[in-house]
Amino acid sequence: MLLKKTTDILASEITDKAIYEERRKFMTSSAGLAAVASLLPLRDSIAGYGGKPLSSTKNTQFDIADTLTSYDKITNYNNFYEFGTDKYSPAKNAQALTTDPWSVEISGEVEKPGMLHMEDILKQHAIEERIYRLRCVERWSMVIPWLGFPLAKLIKQARPTSKAKYVQFETLYRPGEMNGQKRRVLDWPYIEGLRIDEAMNPLTILAVGLYGEVLPKQNGAPLRLVVPWKYGFKSIKSIVKIHFTDKEPVSSWTKSAPNEYGFYSNVNPEVDHPRWSQRKERRIGDFLKRDTLLFNGYAEQVAHLYTGMDLKKYF
Amino acid sequence: MLRLIKPIVFILCLLPLVMLFVNFYHDELGANPFEVLTRSSGEWTLRFLLITLAMTPLRQLTGSAWPLRLRRMLGLFSFFYVCVHLITYVVLDHFFDWDEILLDIIKRPYITFGMLAFILLTPLAMTSTKKMMKRLGRRWKSLHKLIYVIAILGVLHFFLLVKADLKEPVIYAIILLVLFAVRIKPTFLLKSGLNPQ
Repeated sequence: MLLKKTTDILASEITDKAIYEERRKFMTSSAGLAAVASLLPLRDSIAGYGGKPLSSTKNTQFDIADTLTSYDKITNYNNFYEFGTDKYSPAKNAQALTTDPWSVEISGEVEKPGMLHMEDILKQHAIEERIYRLRCVERWSMVIPWLGFPLAKLIKQARPTSKAKYVQFETLYRPGEMNGQKRRVLDWPYIEGLRIDEAMNPLTILAVGLYGEVLPKQNGAPLRLVVPWKYGFKSIKSIVKIHFTDKEPVSSWTKSAPNEYGFYSNVNPEVDHPRWSQRKERRIGDFLKRDTLLFNGYAEQVAHLYTGMDLKKYF
Repeated sequence: MLRLIKPIVFILCLLPLVMLFVNFYHDELGANPFEVLTRSSGEWTLRFLLITLAMTPLRQLTGSAWPLRLRRMLGLFSFFYVCVHLITYVVLDHFFDWDEILLDIIKRPYITFGMLAFILLTPLAMTSTKKMMKRLGRRWKSLHKLIYVIAILGVLHFFLLVKADLKEPVIYAIILLVLFAVRIKPTFLLKSGLNPQ
């Protein structure tokens, strides 16, 4: 077994609790948000704090004490190959995407297949704010205040049958608006997948916003997956299809390089990427790299999903 | 004329690094400035390698001697940028964790190739003086043929490190192939009898 308990967070990175509470209270009130927005330096008017505010209640159950990454950095440094393969293009190119109207197709091994409209999804689910770490397979990481709801809620509504062992997600394919899709860098549309128990885990959410506003387009608007214990590419963006199946989905990155990107892709410092070590990561904004934590620090919540599994084999 | 060109080219060659530092200082390198420093210094190493290799064909094309007079400086700038690249790797990527660096060199082909290219480039930089040229005589020329191997290693290094988008490494590879091709061409034509000479 490779599982070990990792809750080691440096004392230096823990924000004083009182200040932290104060900060969160301030952030979640919409007046506070506007004030924060006006205080932060905006480098790019396209990607400023210009989104529609979204009301939410905070869920502190999974809170971490790490400092939040700034809105500016979260929205200007994105891996979203549909809008270009470098991390600076999506902030610019994604603005061409039409996100309204938007609907998501539910299909496969469920009792209630059909089309869900984005407005209805937003109406049916209470939006929570959750602060999660995001660890990219490329060895950088961020801390993001997402707005979203548990994927489990949507799955329960769809009533999966006993054959639904896996959930497959699909990103929109619209080369007219997603200029990166004009080149076959990956096999479009982008596909990702989870085992049903991973999908039902309370940590797994569908995000519709961040920093108190609707999701910026470069971050996967209007609906994206967030699976914080897996490498970032598993958290598929701009979802149009959720398919329930008894077969393990083949994700786009696995198809592209099967020896480098496995189905599980759990954050694990002990399992190297063939071309680099995953032991350390650079938190965006930091000079020195920090140690990467097993399951990105969420072992307590998810380690049981992989009991008895050789995580080197099922990488 | 060359007396004027040389200092101008020298300053132009330094400009990429100066711009990097200026932008770094003003926090204009985006969310992950350290990644940009590494990436950019690596790209400039490759560019200077290719520019250096372009000097011989350029001389044949223009018939003027100045490309060859600039060649040494351009080659040394390639070495200069690879040193910056290596420093960013040792400091920013690994922060002097020599064990990790050694593991990296052994386990990861793109690091192996990159490090090999650096090791091979070092003696070329060391023997670039007129004195060394004289001392080595004929051997100098064969030693400096290593530049071809180094350029191949450099492009391979780039190829192996990208995730999925091969566009940029392919561009470098094509330019390198063209630079090789123009060197082969005269003998090839001679052999096939197409060349009137």
